[in-house]
Amino acid sequence: MTEAILQVEGLRKVFGAAVAVEDVSFSLAPGGSLAIVGESGSGKTTVANMIVGLERPTAGRVVACGRDRSRPPRSARERRERGHEVQIVFQDPYSSLDPRQSPAAAVDEVLRLHTRLGAPQRRRRVEELAELVGLDKRQLAALPSRLSGGQRQRVAIARALAAEPQVLILDESVAALDVSIQAQVLNVLADVREHTGVAYLFISHDLAVVRQVSDEVVVMQGGSIVERGPTSRVLDEPEHPYTRLLRASVPTLGWRPARRLTHFSTEAR
Amino acid sequence: MSSVVTSQRLPARPRTHRWRPGLGPLGTTAAVTILAAVALAVLGPALTSADPNTSDFAKAYGAPEAGHPLGYDGQGRDLLARLLTGAGTSLLGPLWVVALSMTAGTVVAVTAAWVGGRLDSVVSAALNVVFAFPGVLLAMLVAAVFGAGLGAAVLALAVAYVPYIARLLRSAALAERRKPYIRALEVQGAGAWAICLRHLVPNILPLIAAQATLFFGYAMVDLAIISFFGLGVQPPDADWGVMVASGQSGVLQGFPAESLMAGGCIVVLVVAFNVLGERLCGPARPGVRSSPRRWRFRFGAAS
Repeated sequence: MTEAILQVEGLRKVFGAAVAVEDVSFSLAPGGSLAIVGESGSGKTTVANMIVGLERPTAGRVVACGRDRSRPPRSARERRERGHEVQIVFQDPYSSLDPRQSPAAAVDEVLRLHTRLGAPQRRRRVEELAELVGLDKRQLAALPSRLSGGQRQRVAIARALAAEPQVLILDESVAALDVSIQAQVLNVLADVREHTGVAYLFISHDLAVVRQVSDEVVVMQGGSIVERGPTSRVLDEPEHPYTRLLRASVPTLGWRPARRLTHFSTEAR
Repeated sequence: MSSVVTSQRLPARPRTHRWRPGLGPLGTTAAVTILAAVALAVLGPALTSADPNTSDFAKAYGAPEAGHPLGYDGQGRDLLARLLTGAGTSLLGPLWVVALSMTAGTVVAVTAAWVGGRLDSVVSAALNVVFAFPGVLLAMLVAAVFGAGLGAAVLALAVAYVPYIARLLRSAALAERRKPYIRALEVQGAGAWAICLRHLVPNILPLIAAQATLFFGYAMVDLAIISFFGLGVQPPDADWGVMVASGQSGVLQGFPAESLMAGGCIVVLVVAFNVLGERLCGPARPGVRSSPRRWRFRFGAAS
């Protein structure tokens, strides 16, 4: 097996007296796709924030592309290089873009930050990225307030990809979109992975989405990992009671909210 | 239903909706009043042939006559000429106060919000201490210690306003700083200066502008008060605050014109600034977009 492009070891985060993340370890292969699933408050987003450097781990290590990024960067150069390694797309499409900046300008700003391309080359690269995520010229020049949630999320993906990262973290990135738009964005993500070979760390509570996009899955509960393995195995034959509960909580045809489930949930803890 | 409509909304709509003069009739009146005052202050000396500082005691409290439409003050100086020259100092003083306090307030607020942690706590505590001093009192103290004059009063007033401005802008900057678009830029590796100057401050600029308008009104009153007490603009220089003060004896003798007219000018302009400031940052009225968004619509950079 090739060396992992993202490695997380014994990650722990404490907010005051509350332990948000406890001893989380996993690794992601180049071009791979790993999902972290769990309910709200299970620590998924905190893990993502620690990987990109928005939160500082209380203990543990994050290594991406061979570089330890558990501490704040020492120089502006290192900060930019880290931007080259891991990028993130957030959950809320409505505040992910500067309201004063058109998508073209937002992507261009990232290109100026990471490359030495001249204006015409940057313009060409912006168009390439826009095509990759399925944005047309008119949308590229519009202000974010004129774009729909799905379009904005494509812009956020294009902006993240402009840094040519090795790993793209998608923190509930499709959760705020309606189902048909969700499917479109997921297709975009599948295309992007095929074209660029970027690895995905997919954070979600939506098991249907996870099944579609990830090879491997890690199940988190109360800040710790309770189960891990290939996606189909974990979702089809869950071993841990919490994973079974998650799976049983997905509404299907003829599903009725049952009291037994809530009761079981307290037992599962 | 509505969510379906928004999610499928076409990106390019006819731009006719884009410009809306959202100030309303009152706001527009206020804006026009302010513009007119600025125009009069700039054109002032050209509008009247009389000299504001030449006194002719024979004409003290003299009634209006040809070439002197507002009459004379207690020292026989032309009132119109004094009102027009006074408009200059009365507008320039607050302008300096607002420029200084807004710049300082924004720097303090954005720095505290960006760095956060201990620095933020220290700044907040320091602001609370300065809060304890009333602005006018502080300004008078400074003027009394360092000598009277417009410069000292402006500087002191600017310092006194900083906590009010910084406190408000800090919470706005803090809210903006937590937004994903700022965090995305941090993850990209952009520098703090670039993010603050290019993204954070421009996005709270509508709020800054609205606050500046409101504080212009406050500064005008406060400077007039300071001048009234003789610690700001020094007579014989014309200033509305000075004119209200020097007209006092006239009021007692039955010639209230000087104090009334100077006071009236202050009242009208301060009300105009308050109305405009409120229109720019006040709560959204039904059917009208809240103003920060309106600002972004109108002034938001397209590139």
